[in-house]
Amino acid sequence: MEDTIIKTENIVFKKTELLTDNELSYCPGCGHGTAHRIIMEVIDEMGIQADTIGVAPVGCSVLAYDFMNIDMQQAAHGRAPAVATGIKRVLPEKFVFTYQGDGDLAAIGTAETIHVCNRGEHFTMIFINNGIYGMTGGQMAPTTLPGMKSSTSPYGRDVEMMGHPLKMTELIANLPGTCFVTRQAVHTPSAVRKAKKAVRKAFELQKEKKGISFVEIVSNCNSGWKMTPVQSNKWMEDNMFPYYPMGDIKLPE
Amino acid sequence: MSELRLMKGNEAIAEAAIRAGADAYFGYPITPQSEVLEYLMAEKPNERTGMVVLQAESEVAAINMIYGAAGCGKKVITSSSSPGISLMQEGISYIASSELPCVLVNVVRGGPGLGTIQPSQADYFQSTKGGGHGDYHLIVLAPNSVQEMSDFVKNAFDYAFKYRTPVMIQTDGAIGQMMEKVELFNQEKRSKEIPSWATVGKPKERERNIITSLDLQAEVMEKRNHKLQAKYKKIEENVTLFEEVACDDAEYLMVAYGTSSRICQKTIQLALKKGIKVGLLRPITLWPFPKKQIAKLAEQVKGILSVEMSTGQMIEDVKLAVEGKIKVEHFGRMGGMIPSPDEILTALENQIIGG
Ligand SMILES: Cc1ncc(C[n+]2csc(CCOP(=O)(O)OP(=O)(O)O)c2C)c(N)n1
Ligand code: SF4
Ligand SMILES: [Mg+2]
Repeated sequence: MEDTIIKTENIVFKKTELLTDNELSYCPGCGHGTAHRIIMEVIDEMGIQADTIGVAPVGCSVLAYDFMNIDMQQAAHGRAPAVATGIKRVLPEKFVFTYQGDGDLAAIGTAETIHVCNRGEHFTMIFINNGIYGMTGGQMAPTTLPGMKSSTSPYGRDVEMMGHPLKMTELIANLPGTCFVTRQAVHTPSAVRKAKKAVRKAFELQKEKKGISFVEIVSNCNSGWKMTPVQSNKWMEDNMFPYYPMGDIKLPE
Repeated sequence: MSELRLMKGNEAIAEAAIRAGADAYFGYPITPQSEVLEYLMAEKPNERTGMVVLQAESEVAAINMIYGAAGCGKKVITSSSSPGISLMQEGISYIASSELPCVLVNVVRGGPGLGTIQPSQADYFQSTKGGGHGDYHLIVLAPNSVQEMSDFVKNAFDYAFKYRTPVMIQTDGAIGQMMEKVELFNQEKRSKEIPSWATVGKPKERERNIITSLDLQAEVMEKRNHKLQAKYKKIEENVTLFEEVACDDAEYLMVAYGTSSRICQKTIQLALKKGIKVGLLRPITLWPFPKKQIAKLAEQVKGILSVEMSTGQMIEDVKLAVEGKIKVEHFGRMGGMIPSPDEILTALENQIIGG
């Protein structure tokens, strides 16, 4: 019986080859794991494991290298774009990507982000925007929505006092060194399919050396938002998506 | 076929980096060391050897570019001056913990704060006692001539790769800016060797390489610390360098490095005319510090003057070496001032001989 079921044409899902067997350290329901999976699937499908170097940030995904079965470096908080610059400049034929949270990429690392996008470094940036500092326990991020509660904006983000949420992706799309800028999500099967296509395109573009390819993934942080995974996905659709609209912002010429 | 040239210290660093076969330089302009980046850009090292040179947006970015490229097993170097080196400290700590080889040059200027662009030696504590967070050391080389600015770049790369550790060349604005004759070493080929730990893309048959300084479990992190300390012990045993001048029959001793040591050489001659026998111990490595040699000389001389363009930082290491056996005093100028040979002699007479 079993033999007849396990036929290649019958397989609809299998463990991603390039993810390790280590247990994910993410909270159940968190988008980080899905984002990892689609990146690893793309690397696997492109057959570029031996030619790829990833850069992990400081944030919940600091241990990305425990899960992604590729050569990786762990960068200081916010400095992944500088680290990736160092790697890509000495290994220009390799595929290089950063994987960063919103605190990492859009607060402490703002200068590095803007400058790699302006210099036109030829690597891919994956930007996980969950509107909060997940790792350190749910503090306000540069991307936290107006009125949104966090441990350092316990009465909601007061934009008069705390400033406005930063749309980093729109900002860097204006810079001449970016070639592909898009905003995606990974909370539903159809969103995952679209996001994966975007990641694939971003990696493919590295071959053309046209500058930074940038994929923002608006994601949930059910723990930091103090919601169930299902609630958090609904809240994300209702509140994050209107402020951070899905879709391509800049396409290669 | 070595080549003789008249060069600034900063230019010698840059030329030596190209000749040593460096793969990349990342840096940000700051006086008094901007000539390093300027010279490199003018020389088109990409055409000469294929070396990458990039002006970063900040010293913070520069040191993290160094981390990335060093993690690929490449020979990389950066340079800056005091405030810029302060900005790099988080990155330097990561590099030391991740055991990445690289060369860092600090052309020290007067501080604290924005300070002055004049030469100083007030970054001794920062270079030798950690600088960044956590338990780590840099090998610190202190050249005192333009010749050594060139030679030490090559030595620094050798130590960096032998011990997988960041090596700092601590010099100052005087040596960086002054022109002297240099015998340049011959061009070396850039290495094609890929160290086994480098992140260059994981082939199917090997485990993935990871460059990280993170160990969430304290037990594991302590092990990493033990490993680092064992390495530092080995470095102390094998890489402690110094030079002695007129020490054989010296009754008094000066300890000085870099620019101060050059001035002290003149003080030795002035003292001799007065019948004072004073020698000079010049640490060439500031870390590891030549404490054994100083302890030995403390058995011979009556007193030691530690001469440094600072408020007295190195003197702490001299005192630790001497263990209170003889008198040790500091003399120095601060904030970019350079002491004269007579000033030092007067200090020797007042603080050590007469004191
Ligand atoms: C220099 C420095 N400052 C602060 C921290 C503390 N810290 C660690 S992760 C983090 C925020 C991460 O948030 P984000 O980038 O949004 O990632 P997430 O955890 O939400 O995925 C902070 C502030 C640090 N590790 N290093
Ligand atoms: S804290 Fe938030 S971002 Fe971090 S793993 Fe948990 S849900 Fe994900
Ligand atoms: Mg976040």
